[in-house]
Amino acid sequence: MPDPPGLELIAKELDVAAAGSVLDTYHEHGQACLIVDPERILDVLGWLRDAPQQEYRFLASLHGVDYLPAEPRFAVVYELLNMPRTERLRVRAALADPGGDELPEIDSCMPLFAAAELQEREAYDFFGIAFRGHPDLRRILMPEDYVGWPQRRDFPMGGEPVIFTHNEREVPRWYE
Amino acid sequence: LEVRREKLRGLAPLSEPRSPTDLRVRQLRARDLLRGDLEGPALEKHVEEAVLPTTMRKAISWGRANSIFPATFGLACCAIEMMSIVSPRYDIARFGAENMRASPRQADMLILSGRVSIKMAPVVRRIYDQMLEPKWVIAMGACSSSGGMFANYAVVQGADKFMPVDVHVPGCPPRPEALVYGFNKLQRMILGNPDPGWRRRYNGIGTEEWARAATGTASQEEIDAYAAARELSVSHETARSQESRGGAA
Repeated sequence: MPDPPGLELIAKELDVAAAGSVLDTYHEHGQACLIVDPERILDVLGWLRDAPQQEYRFLASLHGVDYLPAEPRFAVVYELLNMPRTERLRVRAALADPGGDELPEIDSCMPLFAAAELQEREAYDFFGIAFRGHPDLRRILMPEDYVGWPQRRDFPMGGEPVIFTHNEREVPRWYE
Repeated sequence: LEVRREKLRGLAPLSEPRSPTDLRVRQLRARDLLRGDLEGPALEKHVEEAVLPTTMRKAISWGRANSIFPATFGLACCAIEMMSIVSPRYDIARFGAENMRASPRQADMLILSGRVSIKMAPVVRRIYDQMLEPKWVIAMGACSSSGGMFANYAVVQGADKFMPVDVHVPGCPPRPEALVYGFNKLQRMILGNPDPGWRRRYNGIGTEEWARAATGTASQEEIDAYAAARELSVSHETARSQESRGGAA
């Protein structure tokens, strides 16, 4: 893991290489995280992958997050790994909710990490985050005809009330 | 047995005249048959009296209940428990259901061993439809019976939303003994009243897929024959159901 000074060093160098792309950093529980501008995500990931001394060449995980009611609401989190040094770096791109039926959009990082294909599909499936430039963006775990983004925090829990003897009269149409 | 025999003798002395339906008379006649003394019309009469009351249907049900072929079909963690019922320790072979078939077309019992996700439900239903009549379903565990702990967007809340289930086995997961007990319940159901009317309710009669019809390579005669077979199956099932309800349905 980069320690806090190391993280600041990375942030500073990144700000030189891709000006204005780093919005914030934080270091918690021994984990380093860069908060970046979602519009510059490809620059950031490309620099972290290719710059000498960085070389985070492995995308260990990519996932969506819903921070409702915080604003901006969504985030895409990239967990990068430098295998020779066993160093992990987290990159987070916060995405605002465009509202209505519009989906939040971010560039697909498939040109940099081919492994992102299925993980971006999963983030799309569960959070409705659209990845621009993804070759095959469709649902991966839920049925193809499913409606809604089930891991969003405002998605109803679903399921049905369980009928016990103490509440069976309160459950509508319990006798059926 | 000795005591019982003494009691029968004690009811009335053998020297008194008896009706031919008397138990003692039938016993004696059966003994005669064993000796080879009964032949010709007397033998015919004996068969008529003693064998035909055991109806053909009962004999068939007995055979079916004691020779069930479960489908090899695991859904989740319950499948581990399901696998162990064929092991020597629990030994479902005692009840004649040890032969797990790898194809639904050779199976006549489906054990829903685990939660059914909404993406899996059409697959499960299709496997059920592919099985040949007569067929039975055991919903094993809380998840396939009611959704269990998975009260969420991904899991069907009870498999009997989309297919007829004959026996529900509670537990999370049920122990193998519980599943064997559920299976014994199913056997008893097959021996007794074979049709609670669920198959009609779930439109589950005559749904066996026909391989060539599914691939679209069947000729029109074959498709017609398949439709006729389905009609026959439905009418047979309806008649059987009415009969088992005493003609009231």
